[in-house]
Amino acid sequence: MLRVDISKQLGDFHIEARFESAGRVTGLFGASGAGKTSLINMIAGLLRPDRGFIAIDGETLDDTTANLHVPAHRRRIGYVFQDARLFPHLDVRHNLDYGRRMNRLADDPIQRAHVTELLDIARLLDRRPGQLSGGERQRVALGRALLLKPRLLLLDEPLGSLDDERKVEILPYLIRLRDEASVPMVYVSHDAGEMRQLATDIVMLSRGRVTASGGVEALPGSLGSMVSARG
Amino acid sequence: MAIQLSLRVAAVATLVATPLGIAVGWILARRDFWGKSLLDALIHLPLVLPPVVTGYLLLLTLGRRGLVGAWLADHLGIVFAFRWTGAALACGIMAFPLLVRPIRLSIEAVDRRLEQAAGTLGAAPWQVFSTITLPLALPGVLAGMVLGFAKAIGEFGATITFVSNIPGETQTISSAVYSLIQTPDGDTAALRLVVVSIIIALAALIASEWFARRALQRLHGN
Repeated sequence: MLRVDISKQLGDFHIEARFESAGRVTGLFGASGAGKTSLINMIAGLLRPDRGFIAIDGETLDDTTANLHVPAHRRRIGYVFQDARLFPHLDVRHNLDYGRRMNRLADDPIQRAHVTELLDIARLLDRRPGQLSGGERQRVALGRALLLKPRLLLLDEPLGSLDDERKVEILPYLIRLRDEASVPMVYVSHDAGEMRQLATDIVMLSRGRVTASGGVEALPGSLGSMVSARG
Repeated sequence: MAIQLSLRVAAVATLVATPLGIAVGWILARRDFWGKSLLDALIHLPLVLPPVVTGYLLLLTLGRRGLVGAWLADHLGIVFAFRWTGAALACGIMAFPLLVRPIRLSIEAVDRRLEQAAGTLGAAPWQVFSTITLPLALPGVLAGMVLGFAKAIGEFGATITFVSNIPGETQTISSAVYSLIQTPDGDTAALRLVVVSIIIALAALIASEWFARRALQRLHGN
């Protein structure tokens, strides 16, 4: 269960968002500039809210009334960035292993084998990020975040920098990941089609505010949203 | 003798100044605080002050009768004045601005988004520094070390003012050449030292180029 109730001023832009979600994949949906990335940066602990709280499964990560802010590195929240952000000086193997090393987790060959198989990256292990295609990079970034054994996985438009062909290449991996239900996800996108395929719950964001939330029927163009628009 | 001493003085000056240079370079690149431009100016001061002035200031503070120097000698038995360690200190201070600058620039060039990513993967700030920032800034650190070493090995004014020109103790290549060209038959010996200086300088430049290229290759992940 993810609970968010925050406000944050960023220059001229104001974010005031409140939602709860217990879904396997919470789709954070909105046009670009709606504040989606700022919102998940706050969930990740990279950005500190001016006011409010963030909690996961009953554990409070931010609470401005108690002056509580758990720093990003103690949150155990996996984050897959739009631009992958693989470490260029490390090969794929060491990129994948980074979270485990930093958190001093015991080696888990079974999980590692499972993740490399799931994402089909076994043959990339000795390469450097510079030698990978965009789609491969994004799969490695996903694997890196999963091997952290996170309690929540944030995906910020992970398909955003890929062309349509590559999107089709990655999407099945994400769907497999969802159906294994090993870790809850927050999936950020402005693409209603992607959302419909992936999300179990929707939070709609517009100009820094939550305008709707619920099941995938809340997405624009769905039958449900047309009914609610009429009603 | 002067060659060996110069190499030792420059090597010690560079090795001691490097960790300090990395720390200062990081602070200047990544922190904003009151007095930052003052710190920046202080570090660059030896670059613009006449070297003799820097050497004289060192003599005043760290000389045997200097405020700090007397205390160090009485309490810790550390003496810089007229010792090769004093030459290393003078060279280190003179080389410091040249050492810090490339380090600072290369740290500024490290993508902060990579540091953020490391944070989300559980790396505490010091771990982010040691596993991401520093390895990625390595070419700049090496460049700074080479520049610093080159400056240290050629330093003359501050060194001769602070620790004088004692053969075997503080007479580096520069001060040896200076002495030799003032001696009637010193030309040949001076020229020999000149050739050695050129060889050392060329070797340092070629080595740094090689290190920088290797480091860059590593960074671009190819």
